Amino acid sequence: MTTSVPASGWDRQTGLTPAQTVGPYLGIGLPWPDGPFVVDETDPAAIWLRGRLLDGAGDPVPDGLIETWQADPQGRFDHPDDPRGAVAGFRGFGRCPTDETGEWAVRTRKPGPVPGPDGRPQAPHIAVSVFARGLLHRVVTRIYFPDEVDANAADPVLVGLPQARRDTLIATAEPDGYRFDIRLQGEHETVFFAV
Amino acid sequence: MPDTTPVRADRPGGLLLPRYRRDDTAVHPPLLSPGYKSTVLRAPAESPVLLPQTLTEITGPLLGEGRVTAADADLSRSGDGEAQGQRIVVHGQVRDSDGRPVPDTLVEVWQANAGGRYLHKLDQHDVPLDPHFTGVGRAVTDSMGRYRFVTIKPGAYPWRNHFNAWRPAHIHFSLFGRAFTQRLVTQMYFPDDPLFPYDPIFNSIPDPAARQRLIASFDLANTVEEWALGFRFDIVLRGTEATPMEES
Repeated sequence: MTTSVPASGWDRQTGLTPAQTVGPYLGIGLPWPDGPFVVDETDPAAIWLRGRLLDGAGDPVPDGLIETWQADPQGRFDHPDDPRGAVAGFRGFGRCPTDETGEWAVRTRKPGPVPGPDGRPQAPHIAVSVFARGLLHRVVTRIYFPDEVDANAADPVLVGLPQARRDTLIATAEPDGYRFDIRLQGEHETVFFAV
Repeated sequence: MPDTTPVRADRPGGLLLPRYRRDDTAVHPPLLSPGYKSTVLRAPAESPVLLPQTLTEITGPLLGEGRVTAADADLSRSGDGEAQGQRIVVHGQVRDSDGRPVPDTLVEVWQANAGGRYLHKLDQHDVPLDPHFTGVGRAVTDSMGRYRFVTIKPGAYPWRNHFNAWRPAHIHFSLFGRAFTQRLVTQMYFPDDPLFPYDPIFNSIPDPAARQRLIASFDLANTVEEWALGFRFDIVLRGTEATPMEES
């Protein structure tokens, strides 16, 4: 008999687990019925945040998944590592698969400002993870808002980017919310971040 | 978990936050891996911009409670019957790269059936679907970061990436950890799969030692007599530096 692992106990292997793609059939494993609803459908202050996921040829990515993570409208998180204290009641998380036209949509509230590295507020933003067939690891971006001109102009992350690239991170206003298209590659490629 | 002593928000220099180790690009596959053809038009061409870890990144969704039942960890039966195939136990521990267990975190899995077909409308591989197998499971890690699924061993399947391309048998895993920084989606493979040398997705991981970490170990101690083979798959997410550092 040979066994490659100890029969009992846990080893202390701490090498990171590598990422792999979600593949084309993520649609059976990751979507939830309530995934796109960060807030209840009846929330009077809710907005739609929607967009398309596009590849380097400008074609829609129909086998992708968008996840969003954000503060509540007061800029607080329901999380124990927020040193200001957790504020319960706001899930902050949205998840939506893309459809055959590459379109996704999340129902949420606009986040409030969150303190940045120096304690001063950052411009309101939403963190985004993008998964898809053909992405061997998630890519990460941020959504900023077009009606926060002054806050955006003072935001240390946005200010550090060339103007043309900065614009890829700013959503456009729509009657019921905002639109944020994500271009994985090519002209107007969205800015992606290493976190 | 690190000792994250709360600090007043008006403190000069800002908030004191846990700081996660930066992702190790030598461990993960390069996004452009042309042997896997779907990467060619989907991998961003620009280098990622380094983002400071702010409150948004060091927090994250803490999901699972109220969302997962014990039955969600048993994929070996669905409806009124048992799935075809070799029953297996897949278990392991989720830790961070400093060796700390990651408790109470949602683990989601999905996989093909024993014949190598997913319950997905776009999967038309010429083998039957199994009416008693959905291929979807969820669990939440315990206080020691441990999880356990009962399922059946998935089959290999063809995928048209190149002539005679077959994916090695695998189970997709999705993990949240404790913070946005720790989010990970990966695949678990089985020992001694003859398809490893030919699979561009498995081999997209540049470091052979890192690649081996995606292969579960046969685990006789967790094999259930006359019932199911045991496999162990530990998962390591990015850790925090030992002492919380002031952001800079």
